[in-house]
Amino acid sequence: MITAFLLRAFDGKALVFMGVLAAFAIAIPAGNLLFPPDHALHVPVYVVSLLGKYMCYALLALSVDLVWGYCGILSLGHGAFFALGGYAMGMYLMRQIGTRGVYGNPDLPDFMVFLNWKELPWYWTGFDVFPFAALMVLVVPGLLAFVFGWFAFRSRVTGVYLSIITQAMTYALLLAFFRNDMGFGGNNGLTDFKDILGYSVQADGTRAALFFASVAAVAIGFVIARAVTRSKLGKVLIAVRDAESRTRFLGYRVEHYKLFVWVLSAMMAGVAGALYVPQVGIINPGEFAPANSIELVIWVAVGGRGTLVGAVLGAVLVNFAKTWFTGVFPEFWLFALGGLFVAVTLFLPRGIVGMIGQHWSALRQRRVSARAEAGSDEDPREGEIANAMNHQAAE
Amino acid sequence: MLEQASNSVLYLDGVSVSFDGFKALNSLSLVLKPGEMRAIIGPNGAGKTTMMDVITGKTRPDEGEIYFDGAVDLTRLDEADIAELGIGRKFQKPTVFESQTVLDNLELALKTPRGPFATLFHRSSAQERARIDTLLEQIRLTGRRDELAANLSHGQKQWLEIGMLLAQDPKLMLVDEPAAGMTDAETAETATMLKEINKTRSVVVVEHDMTFVRDLGVKVTVLHEGSVLAEGALDHVSADPRVVEVYLGR
Repeated sequence: MITAFLLRAFDGKALVFMGVLAAFAIAIPAGNLLFPPDHALHVPVYVVSLLGKYMCYALLALSVDLVWGYCGILSLGHGAFFALGGYAMGMYLMRQIGTRGVYGNPDLPDFMVFLNWKELPWYWTGFDVFPFAALMVLVVPGLLAFVFGWFAFRSRVTGVYLSIITQAMTYALLLAFFRNDMGFGGNNGLTDFKDILGYSVQADGTRAALFFASVAAVAIGFVIARAVTRSKLGKVLIAVRDAESRTRFLGYRVEHYKLFVWVLSAMMAGVAGALYVPQVGIINPGEFAPANSIELVIWVAVGGRGTLVGAVLGAVLVNFAKTWFTGVFPEFWLFALGGLFVAVTLFLPRGIVGMIGQHWSALRQRRVSARAEAGSDEDPREGEIANAMNHQAAE
Repeated sequence: MLEQASNSVLYLDGVSVSFDGFKALNSLSLVLKPGEMRAIIGPNGAGKTTMMDVITGKTRPDEGEIYFDGAVDLTRLDEADIAELGIGRKFQKPTVFESQTVLDNLELALKTPRGPFATLFHRSSAQERARIDTLLEQIRLTGRRDELAANLSHGQKQWLEIGMLLAQDPKLMLVDEPAAGMTDAETAETATMLKEINKTRSVVVVEHDMTFVRDLGVKVTVLHEGSVLAEGALDHVSADPRVVEVYLGR
């Protein structure tokens, strides 16, 4: 059942996309590890980490596209799920430091020693074990999304009101995580990581592996999202997006559908955060900042919402622009981002991929009708469409 | 009264709804026998759409009883439950899923399990495809099955919505102004379609178009200010001086 379900994700377009991802996943680490630093094809390690970071953003954008593009839930708080996944991973990485911290305490992370804590808080239990931490990367954001969604969707909070409370959610978490007595390192967050699964996080090999894992996560996330959106459930989601109350009158319990896709999306965002943290080396409450969540909505809008590939493309392009801009004109980046959002809304309402798709189908239709007028039906399927269109014109 | 309820497909007794002091329904009572088709007419604001809303669970009545199939209390259920029970509704403005194809629209409406996990792993069976083909035939849209619903004409959208109702296989269909915005030929065709549908299920039609109501040739209920003003054959009610005054005379 699961295999048949996942196989639904694959068609020509999906295979091309997966091919590009696979080439990327192999070429970048190979460029870093196989070629010596002075070689023309050498990829410096900072580029590997930077691209790995983009891939985490791409997975995050996919998760937003799933709820916004397909179900019409505009979340302005998805950064919260990303950050929670990041914290779960950060806690694992903190526990791996062991006695190598500044204070050399075998039981407590440095910031707890600094705060004069005598023992590890109960909620840090188990985070020294990787499988447990990995599970929490999914469970913590998933559980928050479940509780939040359960109340919000049952009360039929929609549209702008829902967006505002998602924003409030991430802001509340931002304030909570800033507090030292929460036990997550206060405003410094968690940092100074040493090892992941026994390998040094600084080593080139580890960075290449993390990059590879991030691309793989994007690929898996893409396959799951595509299988979901191409299933009958995906059609129900689009129905909810376009005409929510009509869907209810057809007998679908809209809140259950929203809850399903919301929790799935939060878990994807959590995984993105977990892969992000070892590559950037720090997680702090800044990741909960409302501005982050808004920015990632812009990535999806630029790429084209409701297209999945567009979300990935948008995340990579906008972040590439951000890297370049903040290097060259650091003070203008926010203006550029704002301008980009206005421009996309005005001129590219369906985003880059949406626009390409539109032109493509218009072109194909023109070709079909041209052939029909010439009177030759080489492709029987296209001929049929043309006939139908002629028939329509005759009416 | 109770006996009347048990022999009916739809039973409303003393139903009242008010919005900010405005009585949209005022002690409305109505009984529909199984297999019956009923036309509801009345001026704007008479409470026709509110009546549909209370039956389908969109609005809760302030007082009164509503029973479906003689036994099921509809005032305790929500839209999804009521739809699952077998009450289908067509809206005044045709509401189809515009960004999906005619085929997808019908597939969504088809009577299959409605839970998220059931639809996630759903694979359409030969039986379902055959059912959709029959429906397409019935609503005269066979040639446009792969067209986006947005590209249909107004009349075709109305038909698609009727097709979606049929796909739900309801016992009772509530149809709000099916002929609105249709050409004369389409209107006549719609009347035929509804009579065909009425052979297997009960139907309530709200309509303004008198020619259309005459074409249907069924019992008529006239609503006025949220309650029943007159009931009977069209000729009988249109001869009623009160009906003439509030509605037909204008």
